[in-house]
Amino acid sequence: MSIPYVFADAAVVAKRNLIKIKRVPDLLVFTTLQPIMFVLLFSFVFGGAIGGGNGQSYREFLMAGIFAQTVIFGATITGAGLADDVKKGIIDRFRSLPMAPSAVLAGRTISDVINNVLVLIVMSLTGLLVGWRIRSSVLEAIGGFALLLGFAYAISWIMAWIGMLVPSPEVVNNAAFIVIFPLTFVANTFVPLNTLPSVLQTFAAWNPVSTVTQAARELFGNIPPNAPEPEQWSLQNPALYTSIWIVIILAIFIPVANAQFRKSASR
Amino acid sequence: MTSTTGTPAVSARGLVKRYKDVTALDGVDLTVPTGSVLGLLGPNGAGKTTIVRILSTLLLPDGGTAQVAGTDVLTNPREVRRKIGLSGQYAAVDEYLTGFENLDMIGRLYHLGRARSRERARELLAAFRLEDAGDRSSKTYSGGMRRRLDLAGALVADPPVLFLDEPTTGLDPRGRTDMWEVIQGLVAGGTTLLLTTQYLEEADLLADEIVVIDHGRIIAQGTSDQLKTQVGGERLELTVKDPARLTEAVTLLEPRGVGPAVVDQGRRQLVMPVSGGAAVLTDALRALDGVGIGLDDVGLRRPTLDDVFLSLTGRATADETETADTKEGVHA
Repeated sequence: MSIPYVFADAAVVAKRNLIKIKRVPDLLVFTTLQPIMFVLLFSFVFGGAIGGGNGQSYREFLMAGIFAQTVIFGATITGAGLADDVKKGIIDRFRSLPMAPSAVLAGRTISDVINNVLVLIVMSLTGLLVGWRIRSSVLEAIGGFALLLGFAYAISWIMAWIGMLVPSPEVVNNAAFIVIFPLTFVANTFVPLNTLPSVLQTFAAWNPVSTVTQAARELFGNIPPNAPEPEQWSLQNPALYTSIWIVIILAIFIPVANAQFRKSASR
Repeated sequence: MTSTTGTPAVSARGLVKRYKDVTALDGVDLTVPTGSVLGLLGPNGAGKTTIVRILSTLLLPDGGTAQVAGTDVLTNPREVRRKIGLSGQYAAVDEYLTGFENLDMIGRLYHLGRARSRERARELLAAFRLEDAGDRSSKTYSGGMRRRLDLAGALVADPPVLFLDEPTTGLDPRGRTDMWEVIQGLVAGGTTLLLTTQYLEEADLLADEIVVIDHGRIIAQGTSDQLKTQVGGERLELTVKDPARLTEAVTLLEPRGVGPAVVDQGRRQLVMPVSGGAAVLTDALRALDGVGIGLDDVGLRRPTLDDVFLSLTGRATADETETADTKEGVHA
């Protein structure tokens, strides 16, 4: 199978997944209303309480955290979507066609990253409406968004592996929630790290969810002026540290997920 | 109708598939001559779907070899995929896409190109009477429409070999008749077809040759007529009025038959192979009348594939509900 087919076929699969977002109410809500709700809830409910009275500054601090959490959860639809496709026989349909086999997972992860682009656009517009501002250059801001998307893309591949391993959308969703929910909270997503107990602080500092948030926050120019300089290397070099995670996850999970995809042919 | 020259379109030798302690396939040999229709007949769980999944490259067997359209399934699955169309319960259409989008997507993945894929999708929608529904999401389709779309999906690349796994299971009688017509049209066009079914009359109607499978083994093989001959001549079938006297009727009639009677208490029914035609029937009626056993229904009939299965395995074709279903179909 020649290489161009992989891209052409992945594009066909991705297009199919994107059409599905339009048609499935759950997915559409997940992509549009939920991000709006998160931005509004977190900024207005938490914004006043945690910000020490300075709601505006906390709201800016918060936004990168909400972005990070939401795109990571957005990446979980890779797993649930694939498990659903296995269950409904769509994967078998693909497998019976002379397409490039690797295009199935590639198409899936690509469409999920496009979905996350939409999610980020919706959240950014909502954020701008409630007073969030990017206080850096356009280039830096793009870098911030790219890092968020890159990290979510890596998570998508972990989810692709799980989706092929556990062909039940409900199980995949619950498993993902149990792991990802704490990961996105034991981090600097919603609160400054120095407010955490010390054991959690160390964990949170090296948690890539913290570093992708920290990196986005820096690249958006949303670090509060009085914030203490972080002590850990990971938070001092958040973009580099996050990129290392992205590369490692992709290097492991692209082959592993594709192997699992081929392996399920012998079931 | 059947051309048996040249390489067979499908040929499998010694297929074995095991799942932990269950042996799903236990050494199956199959040959489908090019241009012919093979009906794979058996109850739920007999191994029909496993065979189709192996031949269509979806599943690796634990033993055996298979060639489809002259290509080895195990060593060259991608080439096989180019030459087959598959339609069944598991290789589904996408319910969220429209009929057109489904077919267009499949065309693109067969690498027909954008223009040809679209054109082919419209052609097939027209051919399968789905033109009006082509731009609605297939979720809104009736069962019969969805099956037709599914079948259309298998035909996008005009494959020389077609696998249809239980194409009419779950359809109402009207939908089933429709589907049969569509399949007969395809076969008339020269497509080689391997069809699985639980419906005996379906295999009878559509297949040139029938393979009866049970517990992962082939238990009989031949044309519909050959299978019927194998189980002997006519059947005497009767329903008694009073279920309490069914056993008595069996005792009375069995000496008049040429094989054991099959009794269905729930239906108050007795079926028994006989030879001698109307004379046997008259004799049986006289005997029953002599002891005052009343009848609701009685008749002589040619053996059906149901009888074939029953005499080969000692049980009915499928579980209770399916059996009732099938028998009604046979009587109708």
